[in-house]
Amino acid sequence: MSTNSEVADIKPPAINVGVLGWVRSHLFNGALNTIATIVVLLVGMKFIPQFIQWAFIDSVWFTSGKECHEATGACWSVVTQNIRFNVFGYYPYEHQWRPLVAMIILVSMLVYSRDWKKWNRRLGYIWLVALFVMGLLMKGGLFGLVSVESTKWSGLPLTLLLSFFGILASYPLGVALALGRQSTMPVIKAFSVVYIELIRGVPLITMLFMSSVMFPLFLPEGVTIDKVLRAQVAIIIFTAAYVAEVVRGGLQAMDQGQYEAAESLGLNYFQKMRLIILPQALKIVIPPTVGVLISAFKDTSLVVIIALYDILNTTKSILNVPEWTGFSTEAYIFVASIYFVFCFSMSQYSRYVESELEYKAEEK
Amino acid sequence: MNTEQLQENNDTADGQPVIEIINMHKWFGDFHVLKDINLRVMPQEKIVVCGPSGSGKSTVIRCINRLEEHQRGKIIVNGTELSRDLKNIEKVRAEVGMVFQHFNLFPHLTIVENLSLGPIWVRKMPKKEAEDLAMHYLEIVRIPEQAKKYPGQISGGQQQRVAIARSLCMKPKIMLFDEPTSALDPEMIKEVLDVMVNLAEEGMTMIVVTHEMGFAKTVADRVIFMDYGEIVEENEPNEFFDNPQHERTQLFLSQIL
Repeated sequence: MSTNSEVADIKPPAINVGVLGWVRSHLFNGALNTIATIVVLLVGMKFIPQFIQWAFIDSVWFTSGKECHEATGACWSVVTQNIRFNVFGYYPYEHQWRPLVAMIILVSMLVYSRDWKKWNRRLGYIWLVALFVMGLLMKGGLFGLVSVESTKWSGLPLTLLLSFFGILASYPLGVALALGRQSTMPVIKAFSVVYIELIRGVPLITMLFMSSVMFPLFLPEGVTIDKVLRAQVAIIIFTAAYVAEVVRGGLQAMDQGQYEAAESLGLNYFQKMRLIILPQALKIVIPPTVGVLISAFKDTSLVVIIALYDILNTTKSILNVPEWTGFSTEAYIFVASIYFVFCFSMSQYSRYVESELEYKAEEK
Repeated sequence: MNTEQLQENNDTADGQPVIEIINMHKWFGDFHVLKDINLRVMPQEKIVVCGPSGSGKSTVIRCINRLEEHQRGKIIVNGTELSRDLKNIEKVRAEVGMVFQHFNLFPHLTIVENLSLGPIWVRKMPKKEAEDLAMHYLEIVRIPEQAKKYPGQISGGQQQRVAIARSLCMKPKIMLFDEPTSALDPEMIKEVLDVMVNLAEEGMTMIVVTHEMGFAKTVADRVIFMDYGEIVEENEPNEFFDNPQHERTQLFLSQIL
């Protein structure tokens, strides 16, 4: 092989490797790609400097609304001057540290629990304590904390509350409905089918309306159910129907042989589903499931229709104040970035889960 | 393999058939797939079922552990009659091992987890003990070194041996094989058949649906030939192969031998 050493030492052409190689293969790979690259570059060159000029150079950050109207750039003051109302809404001003702490606990717990190898009984108890503390902070009425009515809960804490419990409760409910739809027991099957089709045939706004306006009419006089709770239940019921259909797709994708192998070992229905079918079926449908859950997160903004003030609605209220009208772009950019952070985290987390669940079939 | 234990299991039912199928019929919709099937299997008997595709041979053994439901007649397995009663079905399934054409290992679990799952959840065995048992049977099928791998990482022949070991971990009284070598590459068939021959020599009661006529000749006590949902002929292997009585059997044998 010594005669070949010269050949072996030849490097690939410079045009195929390094920066040049990357640019060629990714940006100018064929006529269509080249045109796309040039168009994007031109558009970017036109708008990006303009945006930077507006957002950072000509912008004002901590002024009154009056000065804002005189500035040529972005008025970030609409965010900075109203931040506490925007985030906490009508929660009593001097007690707003309480929802802040509650949100910090929630986010820290979520971040801490992201690795399911840590999931155990102890973490379950920690979650129960954390949920209790969060509830206590929000509601008050104990340990010298002033009681705050849930009608005053608003802004980001309300958005997170509705989303967190919406997702937490709708997922298992959706899985149960999907299993119910496949059940051989006619009553359970019929209930699941009717539930799923009925709920999917109705817009969320209608559900929220019904929970807020119609549902109380059916209650006996004197009995009231918390408005936030009613909205929460509507979101859970609604999202569960969509989760159910996604999960059903996963169940249908399963090889019949997996059911038969589980049955032939003598596993009962619950063991078969829990140990064999669901772990595989749920994994298949992680991407669409996360899509549904992200939708659910964003759909919480529809509670505006029943006069709950989530973070989108508090933003609107700010923009209704004459001093700040006209700065909706800045205010909405701020809210959008908050939504983005949460949705993007969910999406990234789902990709992490998916890669962790690979069976490593390729690594021989 | 633990011969004494098998002996012991089977002694309890000595003289009695472990499987008794009486006048059994089955339909898929309007299609009459099984017609008046009668079969008695004694402890430690090895039965090979053969026949053209669509003859109902797989369906028969799938009825024995109720993966298919029969509509008329009786199936009694190990003293338990199969009916709609779920408890009975689970009881029978725990005593009857089944090996499938496509292995049907659980791809999300490692090999050792595949094997220990049944003992842990159905037999309520402690995890450690179940894993030791799993390793024991992996040694019997001669692949203990693959224990920590996933099914997708091993060859088809190895997967089928794991599938056999998975059934054996339940200490079944009867083993059913549904074309266990049909999905395998030729060079892997032998390693699976070897395991099955060993199992037969240890005294396991076996019903094997297969086209491996060599296996039938050396191992079977009886060969059953099925066609159009009926048992056409039933005989001990030498007679069956050398002197088939029925015309359809003769035709079938002339085609495959």
